[in-house]
Amino acid sequence: MAKSSIKVRAKAKNGVVTVKALISHKMETGLRKDKKTGKVIPAHFIEAVDCEHNGAPVMNAEWGVAISKNPYLSFKFSGASGDTVKLTWKDNKGKSDSLEAKVK
Amino acid sequence: MQRRHFLKNTMATGAIALAASSGLLVPLQVLAWNKKAFDAKDVQSAMKGSLGTELTEASDKIHIKAPDIAENGAVVPVTISSTLSDVKSITILSEKNGTPLIAKFDLKGAQAFVSTRIKMGKTSNVIAICESGGKFYSARKEVKVTIGGCGG
Repeated sequence: MAKSSIKVRAKAKNGVVTVKALISHKMETGLRKDKKTGKVIPAHFIEAVDCEHNGAPVMNAEWGVAISKNPYLSFKFSGASGDTVKLTWKDNKGKSDSLEAKVK
Repeated sequence: MQRRHFLKNTMATGAIALAASSGLLVPLQVLAWNKKAFDAKDVQSAMKGSLGTELTEASDKIHIKAPDIAENGAVVPVTISSTLSDVKSITILSEKNGTPLIAKFDLKGAQAFVSTRIKMGKTSNVIAICESGGKFYSARKEVKVTIGGCGG
């Protein structure tokens, strides 16, 4: 299986699913300069993150450059063990990645 | 590109796929990134661009969990939660960042709880705005930053 940029943990407790995700991404602000060349490193960041719970959207996020590098994200919704959670991100260069996981 | 031309030629149930790939159907994801709001250089403009208004009501039902002093401005953990009823969205801003709007979370049935890590350029208020019942409520918490996190 190809390595994903997304790591997800989804756990259900008392009817509430808590999702904790870690995404590998530079989240480059576009404000940094390359020390060697002196040129500005262009902005490269995740613009949108979407989460589906059992196929239906449960959370959509719009991000800017100020979300930290290798973003951490956690949120909650009503659900149960065995449910599926799918996380998808899309960045300003058109790249994207997606991961589906089962709720424990 | 080849796939799109192929679909155009088939005209089968590829009609939906065609519409989706050409962006006509509203996909799950946000259609276009809100550049105007994210590029805004002050809090009011950022709010106007993101929420449609700069007016919010201060609420003690929004809880901002963030360090009083952030050692590293590049990674400031922030958790926003609220006991307001039926929160539709949570928006996070860092008042003194060059571009204050940090993120907006649309909660489609999810609970009023988001946790993430943000970059802060300098000591500033973290502002959290929750949309509930058609109104916007806000809370703020000052976070002192010792080393700025925006790369400048």
